[in-house]
Formats: sequence, structure tokens, C-alpha cells
Amino acid sequence: MFKYLKQLTSLVAMVAVLFTFTTESMAAKKSKTLKNTQKKGFVRCGVSQGLPGFSNADAAGNWTGVDVDVCRAVAAAVLGDANKVKFTPLSAKERFTALTSGEIDILSRNTTWTLSRDADIGLTFVGVNFYDGQGFMVRKSSGITSVNQFKNGISACTNIGTTTELNMRDFFNSKGISYEPVAFEKADEVVAAYDSGRCDTYTTDKSGLAAQRTKMSNPDEHIVLPETISKEPLGPVVRQGDSVWEDIVRWSLNAMIEAEEYGITSANADSMKTSENPAIKRLVGAEGELGAAFGLDNEWSLRIIKQVGNYGESYKRNIADTGILPDRGPNQLWTKGGILYVPPAR
Amino acid sequence: MNFKLKDLGPQLITVIAVVLIFGFFTYNAQINMENRGIDFGYGFLSQESSFDVQFSLIEYDGSHSYFRAYLVGLLNTILVSVIGIIIATIIGVIVGVARLSPNYLINKFAAYYVEFFRNIPLLLQIFFWYFAALRALPLPQDAEAIFGVFFLTIKGLYVPAFIWENFNIFFYSIVAAIIAIIVIRFQAKKLQETQGKQIPVFLIAIGLIFILPLLSFLIGGVSLSFEIPKLKQLAATSFVYDGGLSLPPELIALTLSLSLYTATFIAECVRAGIQGVGKGQKEAAASIGLTPNQVLKLVIMPQALRIIIPPTTNQYLNLTKNSSLAAAIAYPDLVLVFAGTALMQTGKAIEIVSITMFTYLSLSISISILMNWYNKKIAIQEK
Repeated sequence: MFKYLKQLTSLVAMVAVLFTFTTESMAAKKSKTLKNTQKKGFVRCGVSQGLPGFSNADAAGNWTGVDVDVCRAVAAAVLGDANKVKFTPLSAKERFTALTSGEIDILSRNTTWTLSRDADIGLTFVGVNFYDGQGFMVRKSSGITSVNQFKNGISACTNIGTTTELNMRDFFNSKGISYEPVAFEKADEVVAAYDSGRCDTYTTDKSGLAAQRTKMSNPDEHIVLPETISKEPLGPVVRQGDSVWEDIVRWSLNAMIEAEEYGITSANADSMKTSENPAIKRLVGAEGELGAAFGLDNEWSLRIIKQVGNYGESYKRNIADTGILPDRGPNQLWTKGGILYVPPAR
Repeated sequence: MNFKLKDLGPQLITVIAVVLIFGFFTYNAQINMENRGIDFGYGFLSQESSFDVQFSLIEYDGSHSYFRAYLVGLLNTILVSVIGIIIATIIGVIVGVARLSPNYLINKFAAYYVEFFRNIPLLLQIFFWYFAALRALPLPQDAEAIFGVFFLTIKGLYVPAFIWENFNIFFYSIVAAIIAIIVIRFQAKKLQETQGKQIPVFLIAIGLIFILPLLSFLIGGVSLSFEIPKLKQLAATSFVYDGGLSLPPELIALTLSLSLYTATFIAECVRAGIQGVGKGQKEAAASIGLTPNQVLKLVIMPQALRIIIPPTTNQYLNLTKNSSLAAAIAYPDLVLVFAGTALMQTGKAIEIVSITMFTYLSLSISISILMNWYNKKIAIQEK
């Protein structure tokens, strides 16, 4: 009798060990950031202090923009409601510290993906939601129509803490032009200083120039020069070390882009469930088990498309219709002559 | 023994608690940084910075190291602090004395100045002076020359650059004049103490400081010419001054706002100091036949200074620390260059912030030590 009892206990113990093991590995799959986000009930998202088209708050405190939509997409996928996002406006200087210290979980703030940022400081870039490049803005009355007309002694206003400062130096050095960099901490002061005539040119990402131009006292007096002096792939960033969360953010963005590719919009998403195309059916959750891989349900991407819309809708709503950059340029789908190309969701 | 333990106990516990708390945070930071793949180290200081700075007292461009960028920022901070302290002290003393003036207009003007400038947040004042200046100043092509050689424009104040020949002779002549003045002052004091004779030291000093350098021009082979800034066209409506020295509007606005703000507090210190000297002192001094100037210089000021110096030290420290608001208007001080751009480019937040904090601490402590030394010197020498 005792002999059996002993065997029984060891069996129970073994089962118990096995059980804890399996629950452990299930829990490990659910990432810490995901768990915390679901517990809190909102996604903590770092955005800019106000860049029209990308992340900008209106008078009522509602945030809009393509960067904002990435966070809304994650909230829709993870929490089921695109409005459950807490936005934290950050300066260029604060942004990475806010992310690595755990104050925010996604940094979606027109941030350029570079090697040193990706490799060095505990960050992981998950994709590109806007292909940009640095340009120059000048006053129309100056008669300058190309960067080749810049002369020694030109003063250039810009922001600190961005790749802009480095590109600007590379550019002026390669042209052999001496220049005066006037670098401010916040974009509003840069615009005010340039607008008042302190600087001959204002340099930052071209999308930023286009957006800030709308804030000037007289936008028509300024033009953005045609040359682009750098590659600036802007995209969302997450902390290093939580690969499941990283995947969720990456595929939330990819789902928006792929939805546009297959013509799924916020209006027709539900009806697409009966589509003939298996790729479409997977994306609206009618086929396959894609969400399970991140510990989400199967309709995660359907919710993104229904609540936030596809990438094209987001671009149109935030950037094209607001008159910032009506032409999508490189940010068009690869099938339509742009370079937006994402891996297939399958 | 028991008595000692009772005495030491609370202090020991406090020390242990402080060490433990500090250790806990350090340990946590270490673990967190390790988890996030951030490594710690000061090696980046020798790397190439690859960003340029608008205004620098030493030779610097992006091919220099981060350490050099740190020096650029530090020197710019010291520059604005030193100029600010000098101007604030001058304005502060004048306004402080003016507040005690029997003249109604001067008195009230000084009072309103103090109440106005000390009650508006400094950052707002900095923005005000900067953007007001930018709005009010002319574009380079519209600027009128001041005395034919200075140009105050939206892009800065352009002044003629000095081109010296045999500058060292000129420099030595000034040093010689200063040494001579010190010796004469010493002798004059001795003469007055032993024989009661008074020598017009001030007039002699002024004479020396002009005549010796003048001689260096006439017979020393020193010559000075000026490089006057010239207007240069960059584009149809874009101009800049070339040649000469240029002081950026950021520096001017920052110095102006820091001095005007701090001067109000110094003025109050000065007023308090003068009023703190007993009325009887002044009356007694006057009754033994001292002139009003002598009363102020020999009786009131030495006593007032003892009251003025300690709180004024605080104001100097405040001004130095407040200069870090420079980042808002693009003056490349330590915070903007090092704790701003350099921090962003390297991502070394803990290292750079710790260096910056340590630097401000050292700056402040240096000022404190200097002022404490001065304070001790003028304190009553008890025998």
C-alpha cells in the first residue's frame, strides 16, 4: 500500500512539474509588455510634440496622424479598441530614453531607422511607415531654386537631437560650403526663428518641412527645394528584448499596408470574409490561425482594418487631405510604382 | 561607551540607509541596462562627434571628438555666466542704490523695475527677448551702421575684428600698468597711515592705464587695424555680413535676459545690505567730517558688503544654473551641445547626464569657494 502511495505521489509530482512547465511556456509566449498592456487596458505610445500629418493633437486633445495610427492599430489588435491609447508627446531628445526606461511601449514619432540606433541603444525598429528624406526650405523671394545655389555663410535652422544635424554637416562639407547651424530644442522655435528671418534656410525631413510650412505666417512665401540629401526611413520603434511585442507592432503595421494591397478597407472589411482569395480571408480572420502566434485572437487584423483603416486610408486622411503631401511619392504600394512592400501575412 | 553608542547610533543608521538606497538604485540601473542591451562606458568621448556647433570659443567642427564638443559647450556656458554675472552685478548695484534714492522718480523707477522683472518666469523672459529681438531687428541688408562699423541685425551683432601687430608688447604694457597701480596703491596707503598724506591714486591709475599702452603704440611698434564687416549677398533677398566678429542674437538675448532677471535679486540684496547698516554709523561718520563719498566708501560699504555678499553668491549660482535654459533659444551651451545633441547621437544618457551634473556642480562649487573666500576677507577681523 505504502509502495503504491509513494509511486502515486511521485506521479502527481511529475504531472505537477510538467503542468507548471507548460503553463510557464504559454505565459512566456505572452510577452511581458503584452501582459502589462492588457492589464492596464491601454497602449502607451510616444509621439511627437505636434507634427501635422504624423502626430498632432487638436484643441480637444485628440491625436491624429499616420504615426498615431500605428499605435491605434496595435491597440485595436491587442485590446480590441483603437481608442485605448495613451499618447505621450516627446521631444527628439527624450524619445529613446522614454522608451528604454519603460515609460512608453511603442515609439511612433517620425524616427529615422539607422544602424547605430538599431544596434546601439537597446532599441528595435520594426518597420517603415513613411519613406522620407532630408530637404531644405527657403523663402521664395530669395530666388533660390536648388541647393547648388547655396553660398558660404548661409545660416540653417534645425532641431537638435536628430539625424538632421549630421546630414546637414555631411552635405555642406561635401559641397565645401561654410554654414552657421542654429539648432533649437523644439520644432516650434525652429519655425518661429526661420519665419522671422534669423535663418536663410530651414532643414529637416521633407515631410516635416511640408507639415511645418502649413504653420508659417504665410505658407505661400516658402518653397521646399527639390533635392533630397539623405534617406530617412521613418518607423515605429520598440524596446529590445520582447520579441513577441516586437512582432505584434511589426505585423499591425504590415497588416495595414497589406490590407491596402488587397483592397480591404474599413468599409468593406466585413464583407471580405467571404472573399475567394485566401490571402484576403487570412487578413480578415476568416481563415488560418495567424493571431495565435502572438497570443492574440484571430480577428486582430480585422479590427485594425475596421477601426483604423488600411495604410492608404490613413495616408489620405492624415497627409493627403490635409494638403501636406498630396502626392504619395515613394510611399505608394510597390504595385503602383512606390516602394511600400511588406512580407506576406501568412 | 554607552553614551557614545547612543550618540552614534542614529547617524550610523542614516549613513547605512543612504548607502543602501544609493546601492539599490545603482544595482537596479545596472540590471535594467544589461537587460536592454545598453552598455555603460565613457569611451565615446574620444569618438568623432560629426556635428557642428554654431558658436564656439575654441576651434571646433564635426571632425573633433565628443570631448571637444563638451569643452565647447562648457566654455559657452562659462562665457554667458561670466558676462551675465558682471552685467547683473553692475545693474543690481545701481538699481539697489537707486531704490534708496530720495529722488521720487529714480526711486519708483527702480522699484517698478525690480517688481516687474523678478516676477515673470525667466524662460518667458528669454523667449521674449529672443523673439522680440528677432522681430524688431533689421535684416542684414536693411541694417544701419552704428558709428559706421557696428551692425546690429537679426543674424547677430557684427563688430570689427581687431588685427594686431606686436600684440604681446601691448599686452605687457597693460600688465605693467596694473602692477604699477598696485604698487602705488600700496605705497599711498602706507603714506596715509604714517604721515596722513593723501595721494590721488585714482587719477594716477587712470593715467597709467592709458599712457603705458599708448606708449606701446608710439614707440613699441604696436599697430592695430580693423576688419570692418562687409555686406555679402547670398541670394536675391538673403544677405550676411562677412569678416569681423559676429555675436549671435542667441547669446545677446540670453545674456540680456539672465542679467536683467538676476539683477533684480542682486538689487534687493544691495538695498538690504545698505539698510542693514545702522543709521548712527552714517551720522557718526558725517559728524567727524567725512564727505558723503567717503562715508559711503569707508563706512557704509565695508559693513554693507558683509550683508550683501552671502545672498549675492546665491544669485551668481542661480544665474550660472539658469544659463542652462539656453537650449530653448539655440544658444549652444553645455546642455544644448552635450546633454542635447551629443546625448542623442550616442544614446549614452546616464554617462552624459552624470558628466553634465558633475560639471554644473563643479562650476557652482568654484563660484561658492571664490565668494566664500571674498566673504571671509571682508568679514570683521576679530583680534
